[in-house]
This record gives sequence, structure tokens and C-alpha cells, in this order.
Amino acid sequence: MKSKESKNIHWLVRSSTIKLLWILMFLILGIVVLLQFFGHIHGHFIIDETFGFNAWYGFIACVIMVFISKFLALFVKRKDNYYDD
Amino acid sequence: MINFIPPGIILIIAGFLLLIVPKQLFRIIAFVAPIITIFIVLQIPDGVSLKGNFLDYSIEIIEGDKLSRLFGLIFSIMALGGTIFSINNIKNKELGFAFIYAGSAIGVTFSGDLISMFVFWEIMAIGSTMVIWNGLELTSHKAGLRYALVHFLGGVILMIGIIGNINQTGSSNFTAVSLDSWAQWLMLIGILINAGAWPISSWIGDAYPEASAGGMVFLSAFTTKTAVFVLIKTFPGTEILVYIGLIMIFYGIIYALLENDMRRILAYSIVNQVGFMVTGIGIGTEMAINGAASHAFAHIIYKALLLMSAGSVLYMTGKRKCTDLGGLYRTMPITTICGIIGALAISSFPLTSGFISKSMISQSAADLHLTYVWFLLTAASAGVFLHAGIKFPWFVFFQKDSGLRPKDPPFNMKISMIIFSAICILIGIFPSVLYSLLPFEVDYVPYTFGHVIAYLQLLLFAGLAFFILLPQMKRTLTISLDTDWLFRVVSLRIINFFSKELKILSDGIKGGTPEQISSFIDHLIKYHGPSGILAKTLPTGRTIFWVIVIFVLFLILTFLS
Repeated sequence: MKSKESKNIHWLVRSSTIKLLWILMFLILGIVVLLQFFGHIHGHFIIDETFGFNAWYGFIACVIMVFISKFLALFVKRKDNYYDD
Repeated sequence: MINFIPPGIILIIAGFLLLIVPKQLFRIIAFVAPIITIFIVLQIPDGVSLKGNFLDYSIEIIEGDKLSRLFGLIFSIMALGGTIFSINNIKNKELGFAFIYAGSAIGVTFSGDLISMFVFWEIMAIGSTMVIWNGLELTSHKAGLRYALVHFLGGVILMIGIIGNINQTGSSNFTAVSLDSWAQWLMLIGILINAGAWPISSWIGDAYPEASAGGMVFLSAFTTKTAVFVLIKTFPGTEILVYIGLIMIFYGIIYALLENDMRRILAYSIVNQVGFMVTGIGIGTEMAINGAASHAFAHIIYKALLLMSAGSVLYMTGKRKCTDLGGLYRTMPITTICGIIGALAISSFPLTSGFISKSMISQSAADLHLTYVWFLLTAASAGVFLHAGIKFPWFVFFQKDSGLRPKDPPFNMKISMIIFSAICILIGIFPSVLYSLLPFEVDYVPYTFGHVIAYLQLLLFAGLAFFILLPQMKRTLTISLDTDWLFRVVSLRIINFFSKELKILSDGIKGGTPEQISSFIDHLIKYHGPSGILAKTLPTGRTIFWVIVIFVLFLILTFLS
């Protein structure tokens, strides 16, 4: 059993590490988009060849899906002992 | 000679032996039987190599082609992998039934006619139900019963369809049929129920997570993928499958996003992944069928890997809800890394097996210029990373510190995870190995600079969306109602309503009627009611007595006349 102190200082959950991870993530995201300057994405529908299409399309698709699920939750969400009795 | 032993029968016999043999023999059979099966599957030649007759129909128990060998191979690899993972944590009986289940799935893949296919199909339903019934808790009994109801209903529908089809076409051949009579529609419905197609898809999320850690590893592989195999054989290029597949894809994503139970997240994601395959079968070109078949192969491996990882967490902590888990990366590094590899593979990250299989399905949609289908598949690919690729590892291994400090699981469970992780990556790096097993010649290069960049953009920005929306995704102690609510709750309410209302009605009628009428009704009930002497079903002895009396009377009357 680890003490509470040593739990708090695990390197992965330090706030400095988390900040660094966010910076690293944005850096990678930037690189992945900029790489499109060095190579052609072969598309089939015109728009999918445009600059950064997959980036914004993926992002927006996910946002929409999360909000659809939140909307659906208004109707279908129940406590997890709903069927028990 | 070896070609004449049906590989599925070997596992089924081994399964029955596992139910009864003593402990010393148990492990030997559990490991040797799947290895022999893998070996035999690879030897099966093209064409029919074992047949017999049943009534007027010829029964082809072994008919091989590339497609059946591909599915037979992955099913037998799965039987071996599942055994390695679960040998220390599964009940003897449970593994026995899992082998019967796996063997019958292999039996379906090598069936050359619809009758033997259907027999194996039904054995599969029995085997899988028994695996669920041997699960962890009391809830698995009820869930198993619901599972059995759905599958036997599906089985009856399929059987009516097959009989109708044989009547109409005069052939029991297990080949492609066109969807132009009621019998073929019933066949399609029966198969789709096993594939987990909406609206009868809730059984996957309902029943599978009630099985044990090892049990669910087995369950995830066979039923739905056997249905995919049968769909490829019978309904390739059937347009309606494109739409059914797309509904399954988004149903899986949305329900997985709402889910709190870690293995139920993965169960919904089975529906999502099978949706990709069903869409591919609906598109029906050689590229699409190759995509569906290879995706089934790749999916079985990485889904089993994900469930081994989740199963290890369940085995070590006894907990299954995301709200109870979190921060396990500290003490379960191997389980975490293997879980992440499975999550990357299901998300089709470059250098994993999902990348080289799923992209063939999208490519086939693009080749035919199916605009909406392609855009929806692309959005769904981002959604897979969202609901399974990040959500599962994040909420189980990272998220918050739950205070749990479990160790990595025992040796055999670790080894099985490492082997399956390696297969995910090896297929991703050397796609030609899998491509050479596919039913059609592959003319597709997954690794082009543009394709890799496009996928990385899509997936990494989906990841960004996840972390930005994290507050929206907070786990709660909830479940989501599904279509099974209709028969679990609404049907009961209707029955209760009518029994209550009818009672009031009958009381009212009784109260308002004159004495003579109600005594007449009582008289009727006395003699003709449920326990009335004139309505009772008679015991056999008494029936025979009266039959003899009538017979004797008949004889006497005959003599007299």
C-alpha cells in the first residue's frame, strides 16, 4: 500500500506534467495538419482533399455525436438499479 | 484422411469431455483440442470433402473455400487464445460449453448446405447461453434467459426462412440468394438478429457483460461474426444492409458513450464494429467483401484483447463500473499497455490491424461514389476512437485515482494479452499476411502518405474533442433504456393493466346481475372453469379407461346391429 503522499506525486498526475501533455498534444495536432503541405491526400469528393478537412470533420463529428448522446440521455437514462425490482 | 474430420466436431467433442474429465486431463484437452483444430482448418481443401444424406437432401458437412478457412482459422485461434486467458479463472463447465459454442461456430463456417448450417447455428445458441448462465452473479441467469429467448426466436425465424427457401428453390445449397421472397426475408431477419442489428441489438449489451471475465472473451468472438460470415455467403451486395449497418454503427457509438459499465461499453462497440462489416457486405464489391472479412478477422483479435484487459481488471478488482475504477495504470502496467494497443487497433490507428482492414470498407464506398455512406463512415471512424479508443482506457486506467491498487493479473492472462497485442501490431505492419487469406485478390495499398495523414488528423482531432468535452462525459450510475424495455417493462404493464381492469369489470358485472344469473355463472365455473371436472385434462389412465369403454360399447353395438 502506498501512502497518500506518494500517490500525489506520481509523475503522470502532477499539474506540470498535465500542462506539458496538453502542449505536446497541440504540437502533435499542429504537425499532423501541417504535414498535409508535404503530401497530397487523395480524395474522391473534392472537399475531402481540402486542407485540414479530416481534422475539422473528425472534431465536429465527435462534438455532434456527444451532444446527440446527451440529448438521447434525457429520454433513456435511468438509475442503474432500474430493472432490479 | 485428416480432411474427413470436421474441425468443429473436434472442439464440440472436446467441450463435452471437458464437462466430465478429471482435473489432470482437463488442461491437456483444453490446450490440445484448439491446436488440432487450427491445424485441420488449414488443411481443408476447396470444395466438398465430407457429405451425407438426410431425408431427400444432401448434407455437406465440410465444404472449404478461402472465406470459410479465414473464419474457421480465426475462430480456432480465438478458442486457443480464450483458453490461455481463462484457464485459471473459468469454471470447468463453462470452458466446456465455450468449446461447444466455438466448435459449432466453426461448424457453420464449413457447412456446405443450409440444413447443417442451421443445426450448428442452434448448437451455438445453446452453448453461448450456457456460458452466460455460468457467469458471475445471479443477474446472469435472468440475462441469459433473455439472451436465449432472443436467439431461439431468431433461430425459429431463420428455420422458417430456410424451409421456405428450400421449398421455393428446391435447393438447400448454402450460397448467395436474392432477396425476393418472404422466405429470404425471414432468413435475412434471422441472421441479422444474431448479428445484433437494430432494433434487436440490446441483447449484446444486456447479456454478454453478465458472463465471467473469460466467458465474455469467448462470447465476443463467435455469434455476431458467424452471422457476418453467413451474411457474406448468402446476401452479398444487398443494398438494405448498407443502411442497417450504418444504424448499427451509430447506435453502438451513442450507447457506448452513455454507458458506465466498462464491459458494456465494449459490448456496444461490438455492435458498432459489426455495423462496419454489415455495411461492407451491403456494398458488396470485391473490395468491400474483402474489407468486411478482414475486419471481422482483425476485430475478433482486438476485441478479445480489449475484453482480456477489461476481464483482468474485473478479475483483480471485482469491479466493473467506470465510476468505481480509475488510476489503475500505476499498478497494472501490462494490462494498461495491452488495453491501449487494443484500443488503438479498434480505432484503426496506422500500424495496427484495424487500419488495414476497415479502410478497405471506406475505400469501396468511395470507389462507388456512395457520398453519404462515405461521409458517415468517416464520421463513425472518428466516433470509434471517441467511444472505445479513448473512453475505455481513460475511464478504466486513468481518469481519477480510485484508490484501487491491484497488481497485473496472473501469468497466463498476461501472456494471452501480450500475444494478442503482438498479433494486432504484426497484422498492422505486415498487412499482406492477412490480405493473402482473403476471399478475393487484394488490390489495395493502405500505407500511402496521404491516407496515413488523413487518418491521423481524423483520429487525433477526435481525441481533442474527447478531452475538451470531458466534463460532458462524466460517468454517472446510470443505464440507458433500449428496445428491450418494450418487453421487459411495457409488456408487463399492459398485462397488469388488463388483469386489473378486467377484475374491476367482472366485479361490476357480478354486482349488477340478478341472483339466478350469477348462480348460473358460478355453476358454469364449477364444472367448466380451470379446475372444473368437465374442463380438466384427464390423466392418461382415465383416458385409456374411457377409450376402452367406448370401444367395448362400439363392439357390442356392432354385434347387435
